[in-house]
Amino acid sequence: MNETKKKVSEPLLQISKRDAMPWWKSYLVRAAAILLALLISGIITAALTKANIFVLYKTMFVNTLAVVKKNKLVFSVTKLWTILQEVAILLCVALALTPAFRMHFWNIGAEGQVLMGAFGCAAVLITLTGKVPVPVLVLLMIVASIVGGALWGVIPAIFKAFFGTNETLFTLMMNYVAAQLISFSILHFGWGASKGMNYTGVINLLGANKRVGWFPSIFGQQYLMNILIVAVLTVLLYVYLKYSKHGYEISVVGESENTARYIGVNVKKVIIRTMILSGALCGISGLVLVAGTDHSLSTGTAGGRGFTAIMVTWLAHFNPAYMALTSFLIVFVERGTKELSTAYAQISDNLADVLVGIVLFCIIGCEFFINYRVRVHLPKNRKEGKAE
Amino acid sequence: MNETTVIELKHVSKRFGRILANDDVDLDVLQGEILAVLGENGSGKTTLMNMIAGIYYPDAGEMYINGQHAVIRSPKDAFSYGIGMIHQHFKLIDVFTATENIILGLKDKGRYNLSEAKRQVRAIADKYGFIIDPDKKIYDMSVSEKQTVEIIKVLYRGANILILDEPTAVLTPQETETLFSVLRKMKEDGKSIIIITHKMHEVLSLSDRVAVLRKGRHIGTVDTKYATESSLTEMMVGKKVTLNIERTEPVNPVDRLTISDLTVMNREGVKVLDHISFTARSGEILGIAGIAGSGQRELLEAIAGLQKMSEGTISYVDPKSGETVDLRDKTPMQIRELGVRLSFVPEDRLGMGLVGNMDIIDNMMLRSYRRGSGIFVDRKKPKDLAETIIQDLQVVTPSTSTPVRRLSGGNVQKVLVGREIASSPTVLMAAYPVRGLDINSSYMIYNLLNVQKANGTAVIFVGEDLDVLIELCDRILVIGSGKITGIVDGRKADKEEIGSLMTKTVSFSEGMVR
Repeated sequence: MNETKKKVSEPLLQISKRDAMPWWKSYLVRAAAILLALLISGIITAALTKANIFVLYKTMFVNTLAVVKKNKLVFSVTKLWTILQEVAILLCVALALTPAFRMHFWNIGAEGQVLMGAFGCAAVLITLTGKVPVPVLVLLMIVASIVGGALWGVIPAIFKAFFGTNETLFTLMMNYVAAQLISFSILHFGWGASKGMNYTGVINLLGANKRVGWFPSIFGQQYLMNILIVAVLTVLLYVYLKYSKHGYEISVVGESENTARYIGVNVKKVIIRTMILSGALCGISGLVLVAGTDHSLSTGTAGGRGFTAIMVTWLAHFNPAYMALTSFLIVFVERGTKELSTAYAQISDNLADVLVGIVLFCIIGCEFFINYRVRVHLPKNRKEGKAE
Repeated sequence: MNETTVIELKHVSKRFGRILANDDVDLDVLQGEILAVLGENGSGKTTLMNMIAGIYYPDAGEMYINGQHAVIRSPKDAFSYGIGMIHQHFKLIDVFTATENIILGLKDKGRYNLSEAKRQVRAIADKYGFIIDPDKKIYDMSVSEKQTVEIIKVLYRGANILILDEPTAVLTPQETETLFSVLRKMKEDGKSIIIITHKMHEVLSLSDRVAVLRKGRHIGTVDTKYATESSLTEMMVGKKVTLNIERTEPVNPVDRLTISDLTVMNREGVKVLDHISFTARSGEILGIAGIAGSGQRELLEAIAGLQKMSEGTISYVDPKSGETVDLRDKTPMQIRELGVRLSFVPEDRLGMGLVGNMDIIDNMMLRSYRRGSGIFVDRKKPKDLAETIIQDLQVVTPSTSTPVRRLSGGNVQKVLVGREIASSPTVLMAAYPVRGLDINSSYMIYNLLNVQKANGTAVIFVGEDLDVLIELCDRILVIGSGKITGIVDGRKADKEEIGSLMTKTVSFSEGMVR
C-alpha cells in the first residue's frame, strides 16, 4: 500500500451515542451545568452592574432568605414560607401535567385549566358566601374548582380520542378561552374591584364574612395548608403512576398506542380518564391559588405557572419526586434574580427572566452530554480530547 | 478475475456506547467481484458498510480506495470515491417519478434536463438488464421496482462499488433471480459489489468470496467455491451447529379455528383481504406464505381482534367444552374474557408486541397486569416469569430491569415469544418471528413453535423464507394480494410452486382452493 502524505481532514466534531451513564456521573454533569449557568449569569450581571461577582452571588443567595434589619442581614421566616408556598403551587401544576405528559399527551393548557379551577372557586365564594353554611360553601368551592379544571382538560381529550385532533394546539387555544371567560364574567356580573375592572378585589376580606372560605392558618402559618395539600398530592400521584393499574396503562398508551390496543387497553378511555385527572389537579392548583394564597381572581391568577410547570416536569423526567427539586430550583433562581434587580438599579426585572433562561438552557443542554459523547479532532496535531 | 484491490480497510473500529460494533477489521474488496458479507445479528455487518458509505465515521483505522488513503465523512464523499449503497429501507420520494428520484440532489448547473436524464436511465437499464419505466411514480411501484430505482440511482451517480444491504429480504424468489442476473452483469462490467445477506444459499450461488464477521471481528474471507453451508455457519457462529428442523406428524389434529369469507377493507375502501377461508388445526403448524404486504398482517390482526372486518366469521372451537365461539368484532379484551387463549407475536415487535422503553418485567405485565382485584399492579409474578424466560430461553440481558430496546433483536424476540407462550395458548400466531434473527436464535424460535405444536396448540406461522416454511410447516397457505391462491402440503411442496402461487392473481372462484 502506498502511504500518501496527502493532508487528510477529519471531521472536527464527532458525535456518538453513549450507553447508559452511571447515575452518579449524570448527576455530576447536571450539577456542573447548574454551576456553569451560575457562572455565566454571574458574569453577565457583573458586566452590567460593574459589581464584584461574589457580592452578586451573595445578594442572590442570602437576600433571597434574609431581610435587612438595623443594617444587619437577618434570616427571614416569612421569606422562606413565601418561597415554599411558591414552590408548592408550581409543583402542584407540574404534578397535574405529569399524567398527561407520561401519556405523551402534550397538555400545554395548564394555564387555562388552573384559571378555570380558580374561576370555579372564586365564583362560589363570591356568589354563595353568607347564603349557605360554611362547610357546604367549602365543599362547593372544592367541587367547583375540580370540575372547572377537569372540564377544561377533558374537552381537548375527547376531541383527541375521537377525532385525532392535535392536543397541543387545542389545549393552547383553551387557555385564551379561559382567560376571556374570566374577564367577561367579572365584568358582566360586576365582580370587579371597581366598576369596569376585569379583576376582583380580595374576596371576603372584611365584615361579617371575614376570611370565610379561606384556607385556615396552621400553627400560625397561613401557607402551611397549601404546602401540606401539595405534599400529599405528590405522594399520591407518585404511587398512582408507579404502582397502580391506571398508571401502568398511562405509560403503555404513552409509549405505544399500538401496544396498548394489542393488549386490549381502551385507548380512548385512558386518554379521557387521564385528562380528567390532569385537569382536576390543575383545578386544585386554582383552588389553592384562590382560597389559599391570592383570595382574588384575575386573568393573571395562574401567572404563567402553567407554562413554567412544563419545564419543571420535563426537567424531572416526569418523576413527581424529582419535581419537588426542580420546582424549588426554578423558584429559587426566579427569586434570586428578583433580589438582584431590587439591589441594583441597572438590572431590570426582565434580566431576571434572561437569567432563568440561561439556567434552563444549561440544564436542558447538559442532557445532550449525558446521552452523547463528543470527540473533538483538532486539525493540527490530531489531539483527541473528550468534551463533557 | 482481475486482482486489483479497490477498497482496503485497515484496523477499522467503531464503538457505540459500551458495544464494540467493529473491532480492528481488515477487509479488502477486489475489482469485478461479488463479495458477500455474512454474519449473525449484531456482528457489525451493516455498521462496517455504513462506514464505507459515509454514514458513520470510524473511531479508529484507515480506509484506502484504489490505493489512496480516503476519508469518507458523508455519503457525498463516498460518491466522490465511486461508492454507493442501497439501504434496506428505501429512501425515495413517493410522488416523484423514477427519473426524478434518480437525479434528485445532483448539483447540475442550471435546470435539470429531464429528457436527457431519462435517456441515460434507459441506457443504464438496457446495459444491465433492468426493467424500469422512467416515468412511473414511486407510489405505483412494487418493492422490487423501487429497489431497481435505488440501484439505478447509485449507478447514475457513477458508482463503481455498490453495497447492497439485505436486498433480497423483500423479494420473491423470481425477483431475487432477476436481481442476481443483473448483479452478475454488473460484475462482468468490472463493478465491485458487496452484498449483505443472511441467506446462505444466496451467498453460495452468487458470490465470489465471502467475508465472515463475528461479534464485530473479521473472522476471515474465503473463496465461495471452497465454502459450504456448514463451513460458513461454523465460521459465523464459532462452533458447529446442526441446521435441521424437526417436523413431527401432527397428533390427532382437530379443527380449532375456522375462518370463512374473511374480508377486510383498508381506509381507502380497498379490499386488503378478500374472502379468505381456511382452518387451523390443533397440533399443526399452518404456514402462511406471500409477498410482504399481501394482507398477512391484516389477517392476523383480524383474528386477534385488532382489525375491523367487513365480512366473514372466525369461529373458535373450545378444546375443553367443544363449544364454538364467534370471535368476529370482539376486542382483544373480550376474546380473553371468553376464555380463548389466543397468543399473538406481531411483526412489529417493539412497536406492538413490546414497549421498548419498559423493562422486561413491565413487558411481561402487558398480558397480566389486570389480574387481581385491587387497583395496584402485582410485579412479583411478572418478575418470576421474566426470570424463568431469561433462564429457559437464554436471553442475554444485564438484568430484568433493562429496557428491552437495549437488547439485541434475537433477545427481544425471545422475550416476546416467551411471554406469548407462557399463557399456554390454544392458538399461537407468529408473524415473521425470525425476521432479522441470526441462525441460532432462529432455530430456537422454530424449536419453540414445534414444542407448542406438540402441546396441541394450533400454530399459525407467517414466514418469508420459503425454505423454512417448507421444512417447518405441515400445511402452507399462500396469499396473493389479499386472496388465497393455494393451500399446499408442506411435505410435498416445492419452492417454485409456492413462488408462482405468491405472484398469481386469481379470480374469486379459484381463490377457494382448499
